[in-house]
Amino acid sequence: MRSRVAYFGVFTALALIFSYVETLIPFQIGIPGVKLGLANLVIVVALYKLSLKETYLLSIVRVLLSGFLFGNYFSIIYSLAGGLLSLTVMAALKRFGGFSVMGVSLAGGVFHNIGQLLIAMAVVETYSVMYYLPVLLVAGMITGFVIGLVSNEMLKRLVNIQM
Amino acid sequence: MKIKLEKRDKLLIVIVVCVALCAFLAHQIIGGDGAGKVTVKVNGELKGTYSLAEDQTIEINGGTNILQIKNGKADMTEADCPDQLCVNQRAISRQGESIICLPHKVVVEVESSESSELDAVTN
Repeated sequence: MRSRVAYFGVFTALALIFSYVETLIPFQIGIPGVKLGLANLVIVVALYKLSLKETYLLSIVRVLLSGFLFGNYFSIIYSLAGGLLSLTVMAALKRFGGFSVMGVSLAGGVFHNIGQLLIAMAVVETYSVMYYLPVLLVAGMITGFVIGLVSNEMLKRLVNIQM
Repeated sequence: MKIKLEKRDKLLIVIVVCVALCAFLAHQIIGGDGAGKVTVKVNGELKGTYSLAEDQTIEINGGTNILQIKNGKADMTEADCPDQLCVNQRAISRQGESIICLPHKVVVEVESSESSELDAVTN
């Protein structure tokens, strides 16, 4: 029990650090709103290592902390919507079975963007943001896949850690 | 490093790409309506509004100026004034752009839902 708390702390710290590192990378490829989502790396690993309840808690804690530290009110709302929807879909796919870590993470990336787009539609109260959907879908797919690849490699090396 | 993908992973990729393509195509087809309109004014009086979505040719002032709408852009193709300034202006399509022909007091202006600059909140 004690070690679970310690591990949860480590995961939270890692997710927070990745959020910070992400703000340092000038990852601008000319498309606003598209970023790598490094913190999702920790979420994906946690999904396979911690219980679902803990992963949800981790996701919420990380969004709140990084939002208050590096973001603003809006970024918290957007991240929370994206993060929770993405985690829900990832957990569902993982439970459904037949998907590799890459596949699960890919879906996570896609739905992260869909969640944010839905909030954007609610905030701006227009459907015209939908024109951005194809871009975000493909971007989410690519970044999600990359994160999945790295998560897969990490999970291979983390087999010894038992919770 | 070997990338091993399951069957369902590949299916997932195919589905996402298909949805993205469909959304893109749907926007290309429906989006034309949102492209906006041009208003034509002569001497300050509104003479007509025309959609940029459909290709058409409009005679203004009984034929002194001819406005052609093609591919979502409006362009003055003919005018019988000597300076031809309006004909030489570029085709317009974005919110607020205009073509003005001074000798005939013709103003063509775009009223579009699509603004030329995007505002965004991203983080």
